[in-house]
Amino acid sequence: MKYINIDKKSWASGLENLYENYRLFGPVKNNKHHVFKELSKGELPDLNYLNTLLSPKSIVFPQSETMFEYSLDESKEDHHILKEINKDYSPRALIGIRPCDAASFLLVKRNFDTPEYKDPYWLSAYEATIFIGLACSSPCSTCFCTSAGCGPFHEDGLDLLLVDEGKNFIAKILTPRGENFIKSAGWETEADPTAAEKIIKDMKIKAEEKIASFVSTDQLKNKSTTRLYDAPFWEEIAFACINCGTCTYACPTCWCFDIQDEVSKSSGLRMRNWDSCMFPLFTLHGTGYNPRNTKVQRVRQRFMHKLKYYVDKYSDGIQCVGCGRCIRLCPVNIDIRRVCDIMNNYGSRSRLET
Amino acid sequence: MQNPYLPYPVRIDEIITETEDKNLKTFKLVFLNPDDEEKFSYMPGQFAELSLAGKGEIPIGIASSPTEKGYLKFTVNKVGLVTTCLHSMKVGDIIGIRGPLGRHLWDTLKGKNVVIIGGGFAFTTLRSSIIYMLDPLNRTNFKEIHVIYGARSPGMLLYRDELAEWETRDDINMHITVDGTDDPDWKYNVGFVPTITEQKAPPGNSDTYALICGPPIMIKFTQPVLDKLGYTHNHIIMSLEMRMKCGIGICGRCNIGKEYVCKDGPIFTLAELDNMPKEY
Repeated sequence: MKYINIDKKSWASGLENLYENYRLFGPVKNNKHHVFKELSKGELPDLNYLNTLLSPKSIVFPQSETMFEYSLDESKEDHHILKEINKDYSPRALIGIRPCDAASFLLVKRNFDTPEYKDPYWLSAYEATIFIGLACSSPCSTCFCTSAGCGPFHEDGLDLLLVDEGKNFIAKILTPRGENFIKSAGWETEADPTAAEKIIKDMKIKAEEKIASFVSTDQLKNKSTTRLYDAPFWEEIAFACINCGTCTYACPTCWCFDIQDEVSKSSGLRMRNWDSCMFPLFTLHGTGYNPRNTKVQRVRQRFMHKLKYYVDKYSDGIQCVGCGRCIRLCPVNIDIRRVCDIMNNYGSRSRLET
Repeated sequence: MQNPYLPYPVRIDEIITETEDKNLKTFKLVFLNPDDEEKFSYMPGQFAELSLAGKGEIPIGIASSPTEKGYLKFTVNKVGLVTTCLHSMKVGDIIGIRGPLGRHLWDTLKGKNVVIIGGGFAFTTLRSSIIYMLDPLNRTNFKEIHVIYGARSPGMLLYRDELAEWETRDDINMHITVDGTDDPDWKYNVGFVPTITEQKAPPGNSDTYALICGPPIMIKFTQPVLDKLGYTHNHIIMSLEMRMKCGIGICGRCNIGKEYVCKDGPIFTLAELDNMPKEY
């Protein structure tokens, strides 16, 4: 494994060099909150942050995205025929992404990259992106990444992991793409691997010790889907929910979208937009019938999808990386950690079981 | 990378008003690029997304059979924005089509008796199945074929000319029925589909499969009849409907449990449905 020492004094000049070869995205403070945005030349990401308000999923999966264009002008030869449009899939670097968010892209990839169908928009953007992680030394009280399949120094999904040492970053190169990134920046000072490894290992242990909350997921796979679905606890869990959809919009692993046409005069676009299982319209039939007509059904769908259907479908853990955004942002304090434990313990000895 | 969201352009070649309430029309579609027809290689029971530029897409079962070359047929009920716009279109207009979508179970049905039970305008993919099985090249692949098809009134039956033709054949047992009629010349059955099924359907056995497609109320009352006739749940095949967008199992809205109706369905055996949440 190769490690590079990046003196923070050379941080800005390195990014300046990178700007030639990559579109750079990073966390920037916007009034009160940090958000991921494209950095203009000379603009620096603010890496002194806990995590962004919304996840960085929009860099690969924009909240609103054009799919096709067409003309409705019947004097044009190809009127009413949908055309693909050119998009900018030049190399982009996502700088300072937290390990939990990086791991989320691998989970979501399973949905967009299937044996039968490949989603060209998501995959092209994903393949164009290199992921430069920033290890977490002070996790939030709502973080439960270590029991959700990742952790504050987790490396899956990253090309490079930055570890903040105060005056400098240690960059752990994880892929050839990460190595190219470092070269392109001109950061060349190699760190002694044994020493770097030791520093990172110690910091990792300290960070993991600070994680204060956990979920248990070990029993989810063994539970009967229909029994969990029919369990009596959903009413209680959903009682306070106002179906605002904040959890799904903030979530790095929520991927549902809607497809809509937009027309202005004689030209039109087919767009896709983030959608949410919290909304009744999501499943409303043309006849007026709605299989998920009540909020209890919709809340159940969200948790069952993340904590049971996904678990069964891919046999590789839950559809959650433990970033805690849905917990922090929920206006009525619905807590996925509690729901996960109720589901995991259902049928053994649970307060809510009866 | 192939873009699975990009529709093939097609031209509306013919429009047939099917029912007396004029709410159901059959659209015959022809591919603008002949190569696309080959790429759109389908089996009965599958569906497609019809795409109207400026309006959106709708998932509709394919009413034509792959044995009918040169065109596709879709029978569409006028319900919402896209279907209403489609109903107002004329021959020569250009729309798009994506698919074929969904799975089929024809490997299971090979060499078996097939009992088709349909109600109302859900008969479209069943028409496709019947035309497919009756094709001289396919007919020997199936044993007895029974069809129980009901509508509210004679004028609400789809494909009336074809129904009359099938009635005259000896390689298919037709049991057409209507809920009620004051037509003195009506020469077929009168009664609801579950009742007629009880009277006419052959008993269930390991060699017999029932294909059911119809409104929920019909399915609800037909299922106990099939149980009584001895059909096991893995020999009852049903087609489900859901609000859909992508049609390829990606956009996330049409799931029942971990299955997406668009990609893992829309056809499920009752045995499969028994193990899924009742959320449809």
